[in-house]
Amino acid sequence: MTLAARQQLLHGVVLVCGIAAPFLFPNYTLQVSILWIMILFALTWDLLGGQMGYNSLGNILFFGAGMYTCAIVQIGLYYDVGDYTSAFGAVKVDFTSEQYFTGLILGLIAAAVFSAILAVVFGWIVFGLRGPYFAIGTLGVAIAAGELVSAWGWVGGGGGIAMPTYQGDPDTRAQIYYFLCLISAVATFLFLKWLYSTSFGLAINAIRDDEEKAESMGIHTKRYKTVAWSISAFFLGISGALFGNMIGFIEPLEVAFPTVTFGIFMVLMALLGGKGTLWGPILGATLFHVIKEVTWIHLLGWQWVALGLLIIVNVVYFQQGILGWAQDKWPEFFGIKVDPGSATDEAARRAAE
Amino acid sequence: MFDNLSLLGLAPFLNVQLLLDGLFIGSIFALAAYGLALVWGVMNVKNLAQGDFVIMGGYIAYVLAEWGIHPIFGLPVAIVVMFAFGWAVYRLVISRVVERDLFTSLLATFGIAIVVQQVLNRIFGPEVKTAESGFAIRSILGDQVTVADIKFVSFVLAALLATALVLFMRNSRMGQAIRATAQDARAAKVMGIDTDRVYAFTFSLNAAICGAAGVLISMIWVIQPYFGISYSIRSFVIVVAAGLGNLPGVIVAGLGLGVAEQYSGFVLGAEFQQATVVGLLVAVLVWRQIQQNRYRQVVQ
Repeated sequence: MTLAARQQLLHGVVLVCGIAAPFLFPNYTLQVSILWIMILFALTWDLLGGQMGYNSLGNILFFGAGMYTCAIVQIGLYYDVGDYTSAFGAVKVDFTSEQYFTGLILGLIAAAVFSAILAVVFGWIVFGLRGPYFAIGTLGVAIAAGELVSAWGWVGGGGGIAMPTYQGDPDTRAQIYYFLCLISAVATFLFLKWLYSTSFGLAINAIRDDEEKAESMGIHTKRYKTVAWSISAFFLGISGALFGNMIGFIEPLEVAFPTVTFGIFMVLMALLGGKGTLWGPILGATLFHVIKEVTWIHLLGWQWVALGLLIIVNVVYFQQGILGWAQDKWPEFFGIKVDPGSATDEAARRAAE
Repeated sequence: MFDNLSLLGLAPFLNVQLLLDGLFIGSIFALAAYGLALVWGVMNVKNLAQGDFVIMGGYIAYVLAEWGIHPIFGLPVAIVVMFAFGWAVYRLVISRVVERDLFTSLLATFGIAIVVQQVLNRIFGPEVKTAESGFAIRSILGDQVTVADIKFVSFVLAALLATALVLFMRNSRMGQAIRATAQDARAAKVMGIDTDRVYAFTFSLNAAICGAAGVLISMIWVIQPYFGISYSIRSFVIVVAAGLGNLPGVIVAGLGLGVAEQYSGFVLGAEFQQATVVGLLVAVLVWRQIQQNRYRQVVQ
């Protein structure tokens, strides 16, 4: 089988599984929806971390921003946001089906656009920073966002917002959100696949390999970095909006800006699968999410310790990730042509080490 | 929100109170930041577990206080225990990331931070704890300003520790080896310095400094397993603002951060304290960046 045929087959299998999943396992619809969001997380993190070499620890900022933007639009279209949030869900507010879906669609669009704009604004601040400063700076921005939203009374502060409720059948609701998550993850994948095949992909790879050299070759590095970040923010905004509606209740520190859970998961998933590859983040996210869901409750409170250990082991001993390792081992399978001369050089270099 | 601001003008003694509290706590921030600057400068590892080492030291003092031993004696205990802990962490993890790219060490130490905070959480629970020193609280300036004796004692101890460190770095053989390695690791190796041992010692020394800072924190303030990250961020703010290898800068920035936090806590409210620290971090990074841009223009 040729490489292209294998890829077609893989796409087909994943898509069929994705569409069939909620009908085959109706009890796990929410879990699988979250899996798609995790895949989206890992893919969007990898756009910067893997392909551009900018390791952000604060991408979760756009997830939360999208979640809150969507909530404000959904509520603000029909009610006063301040009144709604100050009721803390105690007053039953009804949304008709039409109102609900209009709000949701407009909210999703607003979330994506606002997150992308936010990325441009913050990109102006943080993209002068390099390496670890960038990682710490983005981490700082994300933590600060969570703290500030907690103190912002108009959107409910630390008390959070109860999202508008869907009037229909809960199973239908679960399926609607499942397919929205599936579509957004697949759209992210296809968009990134196309993006990496264009000169934009080459430019951000050049930034990763040597930023000074890329700049001196005439690449507007700052512009490329900002655009790449806003692309990742665009999709993260959508995922945040979907997640908030799916959970039904949003709150700044644990749900919207969870820097130490989702914020770190996305880095870990991309690293686990192999950063800088297209399928690596997907593989990593799937493995991580499945393992986490299966083992989490059996670890009896030690799960966070296990998570920390997993990060250390992954980073220190297995940084190339599963796909990176496989590509090293069987390059022909991935369609990488190995020049025999360079291969022997490589072998000689390894032997020398 | 800004009612408290006018209060500051009306009651000048409040300023004295905030200033004193800020200086006392800032001296401890400076201590932890000095450890970070050391590790950063010598082995180019940005230790995100810095704050968690501090909290670990705090729990050592807390445990001793529970056993009926005065927490001040926790200082030597924490220094020894944390030194050994630092050595173990270096051998297991850090020694493998020293030569690697910067993000590797950042993420690896972040993993260590999560492990430490979660293990502490499993053992001690998420409640805030404090190590009772049993010292008196006295009022000065006609009962307008209160100063807990323990804060003054810890300030003196922090200053003594810092002096001892400076003397150690300046005069001892190991201190000289550390400084030589920081200047040029390869040249140091050529001169017969075992750089691996220097790295191990530096990292352990940093852990010991953090442990000592933690003991002081647990006596004058509260500790909690998840407070670590804010001490890490504080250390980063101080080191980035002061620059590497700039000890007076670290002390000034540490004291300044302590005072700034006290003021913002008073004026804006306690819930903004964390946001202030993080906001200062972003501000310092942006300021550094503007500085760099100017530098780049001059070069062009």
